[in-house]
Amino acid sequence: MPIPTHADERRTAAKVAALIFATVALGVAFTLYARGRWWLPPVASAHGVLIDRLFYSTLWITGAIFVLVHAFLGYLVWRHGARGDERAAHWHEHRRLELTYTLVPAVGLAVMVSMSGVVWSKIHRAPPSDAMVVEVRGEQFAWQFRYPGPDGRFGRTDPKLIDPRRNPWGLDPADPAAADDLVTRDLHLVVDRPVRVRVRARDVIHSFFVAEFRVKQDAVPGMTVETWFVPTKTGVYEIACAELCGVGHYVMRGRVIVEGPDAFQAWLGQQKPALPPAR
Amino acid sequence: MSTSHAAATTEHVEHELGFFRKYIFSLDHKIIGIQYLLTSMVMALIGGVLAMLIRLQLGFPGWRWPELQALMPGGFQNGVLKPDFYLALVTMHGTIMIFFVLTTALSGGFGNFLIPLQIGARDMAFPFMNALSYWLYPPAVVLLLAAFVVTGGAPSSGWTAYPPLSAVAQAAPGSGLGQTLWLLSLVVLILAFLFGGLNYITTVLQLRARGMSMLRLPLTIWAMFITALLMLLSFPVLTAAVIMLLFDRLAGTSFFVPEVVVGGQLLSHTGGNPILWQHLFWFLGHPEVYVLILPPMGMVSDILAANSRKPIFGYPFMVGSMAAIGILSFLVWGHHMYTSGMHPLVGMAFMTTTLAIAVPSAVKTFNWLATLWRARIRFTPAMLFAIGFVSLFVTGGLTGVFLAQPPVDIQMHDTYFVVAHFHFVMASAAMFGVFAGVYHWFPKMFGRMLNERLGRLHFWLTFIGIYATFFPMHFLGFAGVTRRYYAYQLFERLRDVQPLNTAISIAAFGLGLAQLLFIANFVYSLFWGPRAERNPWRATTLEWQAPSPPPHGNWGAVEPEVHRWAYDYSVPGAPEDFIPQTTPAAAVAAPAHGHGGHA
Ligand code: HEM
Ligand SMILES: [Cu+2]
Ligand SMILES: [Cu+2]
Repeated sequence: MPIPTHADERRTAAKVAALIFATVALGVAFTLYARGRWWLPPVASAHGVLIDRLFYSTLWITGAIFVLVHAFLGYLVWRHGARGDERAAHWHEHRRLELTYTLVPAVGLAVMVSMSGVVWSKIHRAPPSDAMVVEVRGEQFAWQFRYPGPDGRFGRTDPKLIDPRRNPWGLDPADPAAADDLVTRDLHLVVDRPVRVRVRARDVIHSFFVAEFRVKQDAVPGMTVETWFVPTKTGVYEIACAELCGVGHYVMRGRVIVEGPDAFQAWLGQQKPALPPAR
Repeated sequence: MSTSHAAATTEHVEHELGFFRKYIFSLDHKIIGIQYLLTSMVMALIGGVLAMLIRLQLGFPGWRWPELQALMPGGFQNGVLKPDFYLALVTMHGTIMIFFVLTTALSGGFGNFLIPLQIGARDMAFPFMNALSYWLYPPAVVLLLAAFVVTGGAPSSGWTAYPPLSAVAQAAPGSGLGQTLWLLSLVVLILAFLFGGLNYITTVLQLRARGMSMLRLPLTIWAMFITALLMLLSFPVLTAAVIMLLFDRLAGTSFFVPEVVVGGQLLSHTGGNPILWQHLFWFLGHPEVYVLILPPMGMVSDILAANSRKPIFGYPFMVGSMAAIGILSFLVWGHHMYTSGMHPLVGMAFMTTTLAIAVPSAVKTFNWLATLWRARIRFTPAMLFAIGFVSLFVTGGLTGVFLAQPPVDIQMHDTYFVVAHFHFVMASAAMFGVFAGVYHWFPKMFGRMLNERLGRLHFWLTFIGIYATFFPMHFLGFAGVTRRYYAYQLFERLRDVQPLNTAISIAAFGLGLAQLLFIANFVYSLFWGPRAERNPWRATTLEWQAPSPPPHGNWGAVEPEVHRWAYDYSVPGAPEDFIPQTTPAAAVAAPAHGHGGHA
């Protein structure tokens, strides 16, 4: 009967412990290496700084737990391999210890809830009144943007009026506010000026994602969801679609250009109203 | 004379029927469990091949594979894997692994095999319903796989099937007949789960052996019991959602589809809300992830105790934390929807419940560690996988703490960080639970031993392969690499992810190949492994008191009677370092141990 005896497991114990220690060590080493190569892109929005701070504190806390728990697991494995007929301790209850490791994580997580809660409510406080407003609309497989034009008001839109070539946004010619609406292929924003982005979709769900801004907002057909932020660095950024939307999901790339107020006004001046002039 | 002839005939007929009844349309919970397990292994193989194809594309985009095109003409063009096929692979891989492998192997396989044996019953409460439960599974598989060969191909809306993409045939090639088959397949499979779940709950409540109080149950049974409750309460919600989506697709209703213009065409839908699906889906979807992790938690607890030669530490806290996880798992679904535009206060509420669920998870982890403290560990393959489970669960649980916080999740949602997170908890930890379970209970299932050395080698390669494959994905997520992308070449920002993706693919191929060791070991040992004795691991729980494999009805003439909890290992003064649950108190010299309720 070749049932394994496991009389002395100390060598295996050492090997398994080494495996666990090596995993942690390589994990930490790889994290340090990735820091310079595959990491959060440099932040380019005001609230993004808060998110990053939260991210780093979470990374430190979870990183420390990852290392400590694994170090302890490795130690236990290394120390407690079977030795001949020696018996294990008969120890299976310690109420104080258990309450400690219930309450300590609970308190830690409560602190985390409040830290995150503060950031979350800052992200969602009301936008400043001087914020500019722009609409972003996802469709298979592109992004379009709409500016309200000189009157500062968006015209009414209706999916029934959408004509892919002549009126892609479905603007209602009967609404005077629609006459000066601008529909553009790129998103232009003004540096340091808050912007309210109204996110919409034409066909299926998409998600407006600009990694540098720490902004991700699902674009859900039938809904308009508003999010706001302050871009803080001039430059050109890429919009990705973050919600699976069909075969061309991976090509659904848009551009954001963050520029000074003058450049922005100059660009805006060149745009033509989307609706053909009223008859 | 004629009587004996008649008797002989009946006997003969019975024998013929016997084989068929015994191994195919059996009502025996053990056979049904094994059927579930073997079918799940076949499905795992299919799901695994799909994963390899996904990694082929991500690791080597644009490469030509004419040989693969010859095998799968619909999926390739000029030897290059096509984008719509890529999405079909992603969708089917996720669906198969979550519903058709992990759920079926853990609840269907181990649940069926272990529940009656570990509680001292002769079978499930409703054996016929149990058989029915299994026999709904193959038709569900056929419906699902048929999606690959219909026009338009398999669905491409992900395992989460968000409408309108999944509701509107024009929205994607796979959103035609393929998606309908996918939905029907889920309805059938969910019925199977419900039959199983009802059965488990009734069996655990009604058929426990004499002396087997609830607080003497092994943790495996507690885990299966809570899992069955979760299934019973959450799967019907998905069924309803799936039927509603079928109506949207086939009957012109608009539960989930508002007025939309797809491909330049205004559709006739109006007034539906796509977010409703997300709520219904995740109301199942989150409990479902615990349906996949609770059974491994229970099984690993028992395997750790048996191979540490120590009682499980903190049994009452272990039961309590599983119950807490079960309840909380119904209150966290919104954490999958932080970016959907929900009210910020709702986001806060879901963050609170989600981080709360980390507390019982932490308690369980510390209890496992305390179980190892001053243990005398035997490194059987089952034990190695159980130790690996603890490591993987810690790693995957910690990344959940990032995702639980909505501000951080804004950045991480739908990136590879999420992919890393759930592959650590499901593809790794839950899978390690399955492996640990197979190595541990194979002798009981088949009466033969698996090869130990192959088992250990399998552990080493799998553990290393898993960390090498999934750990780097966290950093792709940090860098903002979105999931479900066919390729990343278009994005300036993501130019440098290719080398990492290639490395991950190579690790994944190694990981995949290592699983062949397991299959070889399994098949070889099934026929030629050394015979197993009744209790090869010298474990305390009831199943080890039955012969290996147990006969129909499990216990011969006398049903077992239980006299103690499930964890009397290394009791001081006892003649051996384990005392089976059936041993009466008087039979042991040392003071008998209750379940350990002394506070
Ligand atoms: C400490 C415990 C855990 C926490 C705090 C947690 C948290 C989260 C959060 C917040 C998400 C949503 C992320 C997003 O989509 O942006 C998520 C996703 C997910 N989690 Fe967990 N999780 C935990 C444990 C688990 C376990 C044990 C499992 C499974 C066994 C699991 C499986 C999943 C899956 C499958 C997804 C992604 C589904 C998808 O989008 O396709 N998680 N988790
Ligand atoms: Cu999209
Ligand atoms: Cu969840």
